[in-house]
This record gives sequence, C-alpha cells and structure tokens, in this order.
Amino acid sequence: MWRFIGYRLLQAIPVILAVITVTFFLVRAAPGGPFDSEKAVIPEVRAALEAQYRLDQPLLQQYAAYLGDLAQGELGPSFKYPGRSVNELIAAGLPVTAELGFYALLVAIIIGGVAGVIASLKPNTAQDYIPMSVAMIGICMPSFLLGPLLVLVFGIYLDWLPVSGWGDIPGDKILPAITLGSTYAAYIARLSRAGMLEVMSQDYIRTARAKGLPEWQVVTRHALRGGLIPVVAFLGPAFAGLLSGSFVVETIFQIPGLGRFYVQAAFNRDYTMILGTTVFLSTLIVLFNLLSDILAAWMNPRLRAQFREQ
Amino acid sequence: MSSEAIVDIAQAEQGTSLWQDAWLRLRRNRLALFGLGVLTLFIVIALLTPWIAPYGYAEQDLDLGASAPSATHWLGTDIFGRDLLTQIMYGGRISLAVGFVATAVALLIGVTWGAVAGYAGGRIDAVMMRFVDILYALPFMIFIVLLMVVFGRNLLLLFLAIGAVEWLTMARIMRSQVQTLRQQEFVEAAVSLGLAPSTIIRRHLIPNALGPIIVYTTLTIPSVMLLEAFLSFLGLGIQPPQTSWGLLISYGAETMEEYPWLLLFPGMALTLTLFSLNFLGDGLRDALDVRGSRD
Repeated sequence: MWRFIGYRLLQAIPVILAVITVTFFLVRAAPGGPFDSEKAVIPEVRAALEAQYRLDQPLLQQYAAYLGDLAQGELGPSFKYPGRSVNELIAAGLPVTAELGFYALLVAIIIGGVAGVIASLKPNTAQDYIPMSVAMIGICMPSFLLGPLLVLVFGIYLDWLPVSGWGDIPGDKILPAITLGSTYAAYIARLSRAGMLEVMSQDYIRTARAKGLPEWQVVTRHALRGGLIPVVAFLGPAFAGLLSGSFVVETIFQIPGLGRFYVQAAFNRDYTMILGTTVFLSTLIVLFNLLSDILAAWMNPRLRAQFREQ
Repeated sequence: MSSEAIVDIAQAEQGTSLWQDAWLRLRRNRLALFGLGVLTLFIVIALLTPWIAPYGYAEQDLDLGASAPSATHWLGTDIFGRDLLTQIMYGGRISLAVGFVATAVALLIGVTWGAVAGYAGGRIDAVMMRFVDILYALPFMIFIVLLMVVFGRNLLLLFLAIGAVEWLTMARIMRSQVQTLRQQEFVEAAVSLGLAPSTIIRRHLIPNALGPIIVYTTLTIPSVMLLEAFLSFLGLGIQPPQTSWGLLISYGAETMEEYPWLLLFPGMALTLTLFSLNFLGDGLRDALDVRGSRD
C-alpha cells in the first residue's frame, strides 16, 4: 500500500511541475504586455512597474524566480489590483468555494448513491428505469441551464428561495448546491448502480444470503463496500468538475468564491492572477485525484492484497 | 410476433455481417432510434438553415422588441425583435459544427496515437502512454479557459483546444484494441508479407477497431458540445456576431424573468441534442457489443 502511495506521489510531482511550467510560459506568451492597456504610462513609471513585477529580467530568470516564490507559498501579486496578492484573493474565495463544493458533493453522493443503489436492487423494473432516466436528464442538463431554471421556478415563480447571494439570507445556499451537485448526482447514480449490480452477483453475497442475513444487511454490510468503489474512484475527477462548475454556479448566483474570481481575472486579463489561480487550482485537483485513487485502492481488497505480495 | 421481427429472424439465419447485425440490434432500441432521428433532423436543418430560416440572421425589429411565441414568430423574439427560431437554427450550426469538428480532431490524434503506441509496444508504447497519463491528470477545463484568455476567443482555437483535450481516452481505447488485434493471424500474415507498419495500421488495425471508435466518438460529441456551451455561457467561447446555443442560453438567463422563452427554447435544443447523442451512443455500444469504453 505504501509503495502504491509513494509511486502515485512521485507521479504527481512531474504533473504539478508541468502545470506550473506550461501555465507560466502560456501566460508570458500572451500577446500584449500587461501594462499596454493603460494610457500613456511615463517611461520611468513603466520601468519601475516592470521592475516590480520582474518583467525586465530574461524569461528564464523570471521563471526561476517564480518557482522560488512558489516554493515559499507565494503565488504572486495581482496586476489589476495593486497591493492585493493572489494569496489574499484565494484566502478570501477558497472557504466559500470549498463550502459550496462540499454541499454540492453531499447532494451528489446522497441523491446519486441512494438512487443508484435503489435502482440496482431491482434491475430492469420501474424501480430501475425511473431513477436512471432522471439521471440521464441530470447528465444532459448542464448546470448553466439547470441553475437559471431552478432560480426561475423556486426563486421567482414560487418565491420559496433566494435567487442569489451566499450566507446573507437563510436558504440561499440550497439552489447553488443543487445546481452544482446535480450532474455529479447523475454520474454517481449510474456508477453506483453498475458497481452494485456487479457486486450483487458475486459469490460472497450468495454466502451472506445463505447464512440467512436479511436483505438490507446483505446490502449495507457486504455489498456497499465493494459496490461503491467506482464511486470513490470517480470522486477525484468529480472534484475537478466541481471546481470548474463553480465558475458557472458562482457567476449565476453571484457567490464571492474562487470560481468567480477566476472568471473575472480571465476577463480582466489579470495575468498574474490567472497564473497564480491556475497553479493553485491545478495542484489542488492533482492532489484530490491522488487522494481518491488511494482511497479506492484501499477499499479494494484485491488491490490491497496485490500490494502486500510485492 | 410482428412481420418485421420475422423478417429480422429470417435475415439473421441467412448470416449477416457485423454491421447488418449491429443495425438490426440498434433498430430494436427505441431510444437510440429516437436519438438518431432527432440528430438527423437537426443536422439537416443546420445544413439548410441559410435557405429555410424564417428570417434573416441579422434581421431586427426594434419596434416589436421581445415578444412571446406567436404565429409570425413561432418561438418568439428577443429584446431586439430578432426571431428566436432563426437564432436557434444559426446557433445550432455553430454548436453542432464545434461538436463534430472538435471530435474529429480528437479522433484523428487519439486513433493515430493509440494505434502507433499499441502496435510499436515496448518502450515506445510505455513512453507514449505515460505521456497520456500525465495529460490525463491535468485539469483541462482550467487550461481551456486559460487558452481562450491568452490567445483570444476564436473558433479555430476552440476546435483545437477541445480536440486536444478529448483525444486521451480515444488513444487509450485504440491502444488496447490494437494490442489485442496485433496477436491475431491476419496481422501476422500481413507482417510476414512485408507490409509497412503504417499500411498495416491503416488497412488492417483501424478498420477492425471501428466498433469501439464509433461508440466512443458518439459519446465524445455531446461532451464537446457541453464544453463549448459552458465556455460560451461564461463569455469565453463563441463571440457575437456569431451565436451558439450556449450563448443563447446565457442571454436567455439574463432576461428570463420577463422573457422565459428566451431561456427555455435554446435550452431545450441543447438538452434534446445531448440526450439524443447519449442515447444513440449507449444504443450503439449495446448494438456493437462494446464494453467498458466509458464507465
């Protein structure tokens, strides 16, 4: 097991380095300098600015200096908001996005998991078809469509829930969490159904039934652990999807999180901000992929045994 | 038993090719057929749009403004008095084009990469697939946003960026196919006849792996279209004066309180298309008996 973890950690390092390098040079390759838009900057001011942001140095030296900053956890200043750093913006936005993502994941796992397990218990009956058809709608209905529709129905026509904001009015976290979580609920429903169907036909389930366990105990104590492995393995990619989904959901509901900062930085062409946020988000995603892989391997007894033998 | 089913069985007994067989199985899947029908209809409409659209693309009627669906404007009009049906038809051209072209890019890169890696084997294979593994771990959504910001928002770049993301799974599928095929006698025969590897890949390996390729292609198109709509919704994809379903949804969301039809109809067009493609893909997977290509 430790070998597996070590191996995957070693694999993550070149990925993160590649992300940093590619992002850095992409941003530097962008046409037009960051100060080109400002009208008639005095040459001395411009030189001072460029010195402050190290733009007067050769590219490779800038890159080395940036790596040095990163090693100290310094993600860089913002071009557009002088005096504010990427670290501060992340510190402000991350808790909000993390909370939103957590609720969305909760929605996804609870609704998706329950729907999938229920569907798998009576395959090819109405109990299977109905939740799976709803899941298909969830996959095909993108969040940027579902969000406005939910706002329209529950926020405006029925007037049950607030239409925007975060933590200002009670209940304003419900619609964003559902909007962000629905697609993943649908995927999790499909994955857990497929996983459970496979597990339920295994010999050890027959054994559990043969020793006279009630069906619900067979499911909860024996089947779930194996049947939900695909779901756990999906959590890593789902996390990446949740982060990019937060771009849209935070824009729709005007939530002051990382996703909205990122989209704003993209529109403002705030290059250091984009660079810093990309590096931060990418590292986060790579680490979560790692975590979900390790968790899935740990849950799978066959894989564990394989690593013990080595 | 319907007469059709009897004919089916009679044909099956005569012996059918893989493709006839697949078509027979697909024909029994109502949802897949529905998907195929909707898709064909939308593609025909998209191709004929310049001739059959009820109004001109840029035609405005500022006096009319936003109006609800009516006899003259079947799906209503937007705040500039532009006919929504016309907008959706032109937007569909772009959305579908992005879906198909970007998938074609992914197909080309993925199939070639996977076939070469699978055929070469050994160290070349290991290096090529390790490269795919590393790319897999990259958060691509963020990179596409970055690319669109850095290099401006043009359609060609959007095709390339999306295509460059989606080829990875295709490469993996192709490689595993080629690895299995390579062991078989007809490939050995081709090798012993002295055919060049490129000829073997092109003439023998790719045609025999068509099933999984077709299935995965059908399932890639909706995810590509979703990506385009996502970017356009954020304002980072298709730019006016061009339009796409994602962009129309984004406009519709801004004014949905007063004019909900501006959100509903483009949303329905996109969702229906994604639905059709997914059902068709699932149906093809069953019909061609392809397993484990996605979940």
